[in-house]
Amino acid sequence: MTPAVLDRRKVLSQIFPNPDDYLFVTGLAGSARDTAGLTKDGTNLFTMAGAMGAATSMGLGVAMSAPNKKVVVVTGDGELLMNIGSLATVATIAPANFSIVCIDNGCHGETGGQTGHTSNKTNLKMMAEGAGFSSTLLIESEAELAQGVSFLNEAPGPRFVHLRVIDGAPTVFKRNMDLAECRIRFRSAF
Amino acid sequence: MSDTEPVDWSKQLFDHLVAAGITLFPYVPDAGNKRLIEYAEEHNGVRPILLTTEEEGVAVCAGADLVREKAVVCMQSSGVGNIPNFLSFVNGGRFPILMMISMRGDYGEQNPWQYPMGQAVDPILTAMGVLLFHVDHMDDLAPATEAALSATFKSGKSAALILSQRFLGAKAF
Repeated sequence: MTPAVLDRRKVLSQIFPNPDDYLFVTGLAGSARDTAGLTKDGTNLFTMAGAMGAATSMGLGVAMSAPNKKVVVVTGDGELLMNIGSLATVATIAPANFSIVCIDNGCHGETGGQTGHTSNKTNLKMMAEGAGFSSTLLIESEAELAQGVSFLNEAPGPRFVHLRVIDGAPTVFKRNMDLAECRIRFRSAF
Repeated sequence: MSDTEPVDWSKQLFDHLVAAGITLFPYVPDAGNKRLIEYAEEHNGVRPILLTTEEEGVAVCAGADLVREKAVVCMQSSGVGNIPNFLSFVNGGRFPILMMISMRGDYGEQNPWQYPMGQAVDPILTAMGVLLFHVDHMDDLAPATEAALSATFKSGKSAALILSQRFLGAKAF
């Protein structure tokens, strides 16, 4: 495995040049901050700050209930692994309007940077393929980021983007942490 | 439930839930929800969602709520042991999550493995702020279902419709 080179703070704005076109659900910690920075904590965003493992399934519920919207889950390698079976659930339902972007920094950044499984033997893109995703993409260089834009727009859904990044700090963005308020905000804007 | 059961309670419950506007039925398979899910598979206006673990279903229901749709997560009582951490966003975010729980480990259970979790269902759900509506007899089904629907989709609470083994019948070992 080649060493990661991408900075997580600079990747989402490149693969989502028009973030207003999407509904976002994120995992906790770094992926939540990066996506809050992308959308300026917009009304099209619901971030988690707990309930590790819930992001993919919550996004699936949104995607199935809003089939005319493009729905994206942005999450981390640890969050995804905590409920990895949800990939099988998504593959079976196969919602065309659904994408998962996994920001894989190979560690548990929020709790002290402890080494994660993806720094060892685990390959999340292969796990997505094994679950039944036919559209998967590995992005680990600047050049491949451009490919991510067309993949997210054109590949048949559901899509899985495996985004390998260095284990640096996530985006600095202070988001609303009141989850009842955030629920109402999202529903009201929909 | 025996084969001679004259009332198709699964159909009654399914029709009641559909009439309330529920469109998604995420589930972990259980004998107690088998026919309910078969009705969901046959109905054009709703979608069953096969899960790998019950907590996924809680999150799917919350996702549906974010875009103003309604769902019910169907699970065996064992699954209640898998969901408490996800009930943190249900409780803290005031998501109106509805659960249909088919019991093991209560009335007439013959498998000793089922008792610990079965007996912990009510205290766990109560601790996480979920309201409980029990069904022990056929006469309970419609009013308990209506009460659970009112608690969730009219009053913004989370609620569990709990079908006991007294109602379902205990599995023979």
